[in-house]
Formats: sequence, structure tokens, C-alpha cells
Amino acid sequence: MNLNLIILIPLIPLVVFLVLGLFYKKIKPAISGYIGVFGLLISTSLAFYAAYMYFIVIGKTEGVYQTIVEKTVWMNFTDSLRIDMGILIDPIAVMMLIVVSVISLMVHIYSRGYMKGDLGYTKYFAFLSLFTFSMYGLVLATNLFQIYIFWELVGVSSYLLIGYYYTKESAVAAAKKAFVVTRFADLGFLIGILIIGYYTGTYDFETLNNPEGTSILNWASTSFMGLSALTWALILVFIGGAGKSAMFPLHIWLPDAMEGPTPVSALIHAATMVVAGVYLVARLFPMYYFIEDGFALNIVAFVGAFTALFAAVIAITQTDIKRVLAFSTMSQLGYMMLALGVSGYEGHEGLGFMSSMFHLFTHAMFKALLFLCAGSVIHAVHSNFLKDMGGLRKYMPITNITFLIAALAIAGVPPLAGFWSKDEILVATFEHSLFLYVIGLFVAGLTAFYIFRIYFGIFWGKESNYKDKPHESPGSMTAPLLILAFLSIVVGFIPFSEFISPDKAGFETHLNYPLAAIAVFAGLLGIGLSWIFYKKENELADKFASRFGAFYTWAYHKFYFDELYLFVTKRILFNVIAKTAARFDKKYVDGTMVGIGNQTVSTSERIKVMQSGKVQDYALAFIAGAVVLAIICIYLWLN
Amino acid sequence: MIPGISIYEILTVTSILFFIGVYGFITRTNLISILISVELILNASVVNFVIINKYLFPEALQGVYFSIFIIAVAAAETALAVSIIINLYRQISSVEVKDIETMKY
Amino acid sequence: MEKIIFYCLAAVIIAFGIASVTSRKMLRSVIYLSFVLISIAGIFFLIDYNFLAAIQLTVYAGGIVVLIIFSVLLVHHIEMELEMAKASKKIVTALACLVGLGVFLTVIYSYDFNVINNSLTTTTADIGSGLLSYEAGGFILPFEVISVLLLAAMIGAIVIAKGKKLTENNNQSQ
Repeated sequence: MNLNLIILIPLIPLVVFLVLGLFYKKIKPAISGYIGVFGLLISTSLAFYAAYMYFIVIGKTEGVYQTIVEKTVWMNFTDSLRIDMGILIDPIAVMMLIVVSVISLMVHIYSRGYMKGDLGYTKYFAFLSLFTFSMYGLVLATNLFQIYIFWELVGVSSYLLIGYYYTKESAVAAAKKAFVVTRFADLGFLIGILIIGYYTGTYDFETLNNPEGTSILNWASTSFMGLSALTWALILVFIGGAGKSAMFPLHIWLPDAMEGPTPVSALIHAATMVVAGVYLVARLFPMYYFIEDGFALNIVAFVGAFTALFAAVIAITQTDIKRVLAFSTMSQLGYMMLALGVSGYEGHEGLGFMSSMFHLFTHAMFKALLFLCAGSVIHAVHSNFLKDMGGLRKYMPITNITFLIAALAIAGVPPLAGFWSKDEILVATFEHSLFLYVIGLFVAGLTAFYIFRIYFGIFWGKESNYKDKPHESPGSMTAPLLILAFLSIVVGFIPFSEFISPDKAGFETHLNYPLAAIAVFAGLLGIGLSWIFYKKENELADKFASRFGAFYTWAYHKFYFDELYLFVTKRILFNVIAKTAARFDKKYVDGTMVGIGNQTVSTSERIKVMQSGKVQDYALAFIAGAVVLAIICIYLWLN
Repeated sequence: MIPGISIYEILTVTSILFFIGVYGFITRTNLISILISVELILNASVVNFVIINKYLFPEALQGVYFSIFIIAVAAAETALAVSIIINLYRQISSVEVKDIETMKY
Repeated sequence: MEKIIFYCLAAVIIAFGIASVTSRKMLRSVIYLSFVLISIAGIFFLIDYNFLAAIQLTVYAGGIVVLIIFSVLLVHHIEMELEMAKASKKIVTALACLVGLGVFLTVIYSYDFNVINNSLTTTTADIGSGLLSYEAGGFILPFEVISVLLLAAMIGAIVIAKGKKLTENNNQSQ
């Protein structure tokens, strides 16, 4: 397999970014769009070529997909501990390459229509390319530090894209929030990396993940507060992942991130960047699984399950369609984390891992589709809010159909993509713990309910008073919708377990009919309920909401987590800790520095008289000095 | 050499003359006075050259040559200094040291 | 006889030297200077360097002093009293000078000069041939250099003292 070609996959978006970023005033907007799309087209075809080569042509050696690594030493810390730069190809990396390429390409094409006429058109494409480059780099990273570098790059480009409408105050605030929250989580990640580096002496994924390797076999050698140091490190790494993947309680940035352009939300906050946390846990899965019998993995599972439930409940109450989708994304990411958390390692036990990756894959397709449809709708009615929509199916047939397909896919209706992956997750959860399974099942029903709530709200129901008649979006926007809709239908049929499993050997899966039936039933129940509530304009939903009263308001305000955080940061952190620190800083740290400065100034003020600039004074000093020297010399000479 | 006069006495006189010049150079506040002081210092050294030549190396004439050169240089220096002083006086109507301090800025 | 003359000359040199650096009237100060210079010429006569004494008289007492007097007359009112330095500065300087003088004298008197008794007379011809000789010990090169230096100084003095255009330009630009 030709690695030179694979290294081109991240490099092409980088080049595109540099070209667009450096010459953005000289390139005409129309051309810059083509440059972006064309560059990504090459990357995408290379990614597909790589996948074909890896899975089909090279295939398994001794029943296992081999990990291919190409790297160079970048920085040496000690003899053994060093940071490399390079690319690592294994099944999940190749799968992520496909996901990132496809979604990014679709978003690029879509953006050409969506962003038409925007002032920062070229800048927008430059940022998109930067993001794509960083994401590729993250996926292909060979060690923890490299992944961390690209992790931060992804964070930066996400910041840039969320704050793209930088004249809007809320967008700026959202960008800042996203950056600060993820940075906060990344602090955990960084500490985790350092602990791992300290105790295992390597950052390399291959060495770390080797089940027979020293890092995994010796996990118990050091302990801290009842847990081994490596478990702590893995928990900290998971905090980093939770920050990027918007897991509870670090989820607060994702809903606000919807201030960015909708295609960006589709690319970053639905399909690629937010799954980086899931990917990170999957990347370190053997460590999570083997160290301390998967203690850290249990945390992953419970956090995932709770987030799935929590976000789904909030999603029901939101009125901004992009926020509904954002909470839906959080919920589905919780699903993936849950699946990872309940997974085993060998053979069929790796079902959770495989289903998590499978769900990542399918979710990327249909969630990006949902976002792009939402973008198309917003493009047509110029509003994010459900109350401004309704009855759009007549005006936007293509968007209607594709949205419906995506909604059915996320609701888990067979034979669409979401059904297959969600079913695998539920099976894996069922085999692990009944409690988590019930949560998962309940969330599946909720998912179907809220997604059809907005579907009916947008395309059915009563028509709003549109100022100008909504119309179908241009071809550059509908084409990606159709492609993604097609993908949402077919990708579920990929025999994913053949390709991806924790031990890389692959296994066979069969549909578990009773469980599948239950899941489908839950989904259909959700759809049915929302049919009753929202298909026709009626009072039922409002009545129901008022029945739940306090709980509804609570959920509507996202359980007041933003307010809680604001309280903690503003009242406690800023007022008590930061102010004390600031006072200390001003009084003592600055005081010392300023004091030294003032002292120097006043001293020089006093001695500057000596430097009068008068030749006569200098002559006097010179004579006096010469005399003193002469006296000293004579004294020495006489003795 | 001067009969009855040792080299020490002559050197004492020139030393005194030299320090009178130094004193004047440092304490006078007027450019022309400073110039006069410099002339005193130069003369002290001229006499020293000549005296040492005469008393210690009567065969040689180097001291005399140096004296001639010093006198020539002193003349050139005085001419330049006087021209500078006159020019300065034209510009700021003063030759006091304190008034021309601003020139160094 | 020579002894008495020397002491007289030494007394004149020191007394008028002090007077010239302390006098508060500019013109007097210059005249005192000329006395000092003439006395020094007397010393040159005493040690039988007639040519040097002549130079001293013509160049110093004749040329330089006249130049300085000219400049004094150009820039000062004749009755103007000079501003003097602060007393503290004077005292400090005087102390430094006295100490320095002490150092000088200590060094001079503690050194044993190898004096050669002689009464050689040097003629102007000797000085001239030595000055223009290009053999070993000849001073032809410094002689030429000095001549160029004098020329340069002369031109420089003219240019600087003229300075009229500069002033006009300055006035215009202001």
C-alpha cells in the first residue's frame, strides 16, 4: 500500500487552506469554492482508494488487519519517550477517513450554494479546509501527542467557524464558550497524556494498545487513591474526549455552537469533530478494557448512557430546530460512548466497540443530512424557530423527502442505516447490563419522538405567514442532500463487523430478532406519538407540556446547566478565587516588579547627575580618577 | 642646560603650570577661558619635551621636533576653536558653556 | 646669573598662570597668558634653543594670543566680568589638582634622572636638516603631515567662521 498517497489526504486540505488563506483577497469567491471542492475531491478519492487497498487488496494477515505505521521522530524527551509524527492506518482510522472525507466533501459542495454572496466566502472555505486537515491529522495520528496537537487544531478551527459571523455577539460568545469549555476538558486530556507518558514511557498507540505490552500488563504497579495511576490517566483522557464529544457535564458548548453557519454545524458539530472523543476512546480501547478490568470503561458507559437520556429529554422541549439537532447529536454521541463502554475485547464480545464505530459511521451520514436539510429550510424561511415554519412540504419537496429519510434513519426504522447500528448497540448493551439497555431503549423511543416532532413541525402542520414564498434550494445544495440520503439508506448494509472489531480480527453478526423488534417498536411508538401530537395543529402537545409543568420548564431551560455553570464561574470562581488571585497579583507580584522598576528609576534619577554631558565634569572625574590610580600605583611601587 | 638649575626644579615648574591649566579647564565657564587653559597645558608639555631633550639626551633633537609639532598643532587648534567660537556667538550670542549644552541633544 | 633669571621666569610663569585662570576679566586673562608664553620663550633661550624660542614668540605670543584677543574683542564687552564656577567645585578641583601635583612631584623626585652635563648649542641648520631628512631619525613625513593638517585647519576655520549661508538658511527655515 502506498503510504505516500495516504499522506496526501491531509496535506491537500492544508495546501488549499494555505492558498485560500494567504491569497484570499486575490481569489474570486467563485474560484475559491471550486478550489476547496476540488481539493477535497482528490482527498476523498484517495481515502476511498486507501480503504479499498486496506480492506480488500491487502486484507487480513493471519486473520487480523495489520496496523500500518509510518513515522519519523519529531522530538526526543528521553531515550525511550519521544514524540513522533506520522500516519497510522488501521480499520477505524480508515473508516474515519471515509467519514470525514464524505461529509466534508458534501458540506463543501453544499456550502457553495448556502454561503453564496457571503462576504467572507473565501475565508470560510479556508477555515473549512483547515478543519478538514486537522481532522485528518487527528484520525491518522500515531501517538497521543500527535493526536493532541491535531485535537487542539480541530478546536481552533471549530472556534473560527463557530465565530464565523463575528459581527453577531451571540456567535462570538458561543465561539468563546466552545473554545473555553473544550480547552478546560483538554487540560484533563493533557494531564492524562503526561501521566501515561510518565508511567509507561511511551506515547505510541501501538505500544500502548498491545495487550501483551508492558503498559497494559503492569497497570497495577502504581496506585493513587485506590485506583491505579493509569486508570486515572484514562479517566482524564476521557474527560478530554467528553469535552470534544459534548458529554455530560461538559456538553454546554454544543447547543450554542449552532450559531455557526449550518453547513459547519453539519460538518463539525454533527459528524466529525464531536466524534473525536468517541474516536479517542476507541483508539485507546485496549487500554481502557484491560487496565483495572475496565474501570474507566464503566465510567464511559455510564456517562454515555446518562448523556443520551439527558440530551434526548432536552431535545423534546427545544424550539430552535438546530438546537434540537444539537441535542440529538449529543444523545447519539452518548449512545456511541455507551456502546464503547459495554464492549468486550475478543471476537463477538467486541460487538459494542464495533457497533459504536458503526453508529458513528451511520450517524455521521444521517445527522449531516439532517443538518443540511435544516440549513436548506433555514435558507428558505430565514429563521431557526419552529414557530416560523410549517407546511413546507409543498414548497421544498426534495428537502422534505431527504429529511424524512434521515429522520427515519435516526429513529431506527428498518432497513435504513440507523436501524442496523442502533440495533447492534442495543444488543451489546443488553448483553452487558439490563439497566443500561432499558435506558438505551427509552432513548431510542425519545429520539424517534423528537425528530418527528420537528419533522412534522417543519413540513406539515399549519403554514406560517411567509413574507416571500419559500422555494426549494439550488442544485448545489440539494445534490449533497440526495447523495447523503442515498448513503443513509445503504450504509447500514455494510458488513461492518467484518472490518472493525477491537482485536481487528472481525466477526460475524446476526440480527437478534426479538431485540430488534423491541427497538423498532420503540421507534415506531415515538413516531406514532409525535404523529398524534404534531401532525395536525392541536392542543394535545401544549396540554401535555402543562401537565408536566415544572419538569417541562426545567428541561426547556436545559436543566439550568448553563445557569449553574455561570453561577459557579461568575460568583465563585471570578468573585472569590480570581479576585483574590488578582489582588495578590497586583499587590505583591506586580508590586515587587513595579517597586523594582521605581527603585531603578529613582536611583538612576539620582545618579544621572553624574552623566551631566559637561566635558568639564568629565575632565574633573578623569583627573580625579587618574590621580587615585596613580596614588595606588605609587603605593604599590613603594612597598 | 641652565647652570645651577637641576632638572627637578624645571619639572616642578612645568607640573605646576600643567595643573594650573587643568584647574582652569575645569572651573572656567567660558569657552575662550577654556581655550586659554588648554594652551597652558600644551605649553607645560612643550617645555617638558624640550627640557628632557636638553638634560638627558643633548645629542638628539627629537624633543625639539615634537615641540615644533605641538606648537603647530596648537596653532591649528586655536584657529579652529576661535572660528567655532565666533560662529557659535553668531548663532546664540553667547560663549558660555551652560548655554551650549543644548547642542548635545 | 642664569639661576636668578630662571627663578624670575618660574615665578612669572606660575604667578601669571594662576592669574590667567582666575582673572574675572577676559582680556586680562589673555594678556596674562601672553606673559606666561613669553616667559616660556625665555626658558627656551636659557637652555640655548634659540630657534624654538623664536617659534614660541612668533607663533604663540604673536599668533595665537592675537587670535584669542581678536575673538575676545569680537564676542565680549571689554568691561564684562566673567561668571565664575561654584565655590564648591573650585575647591574640589583645587584639591584634586594639588593631590595630582603631589603625585607628580613624588614621582619626579623619587626618580633618578641620568643628567648629562653639556653646553651644546643647536643651530637652526641642525633642526632644519633633521626635520627635512628622510634618513633614519628624519622627520620629513610628520613634517609633511603637519603641513597638510595646517592647511586643512585653515580651510576648516574659514568655512566654519564664515557660516553665513547656514545662518540664513536656518532663519529662512524657521
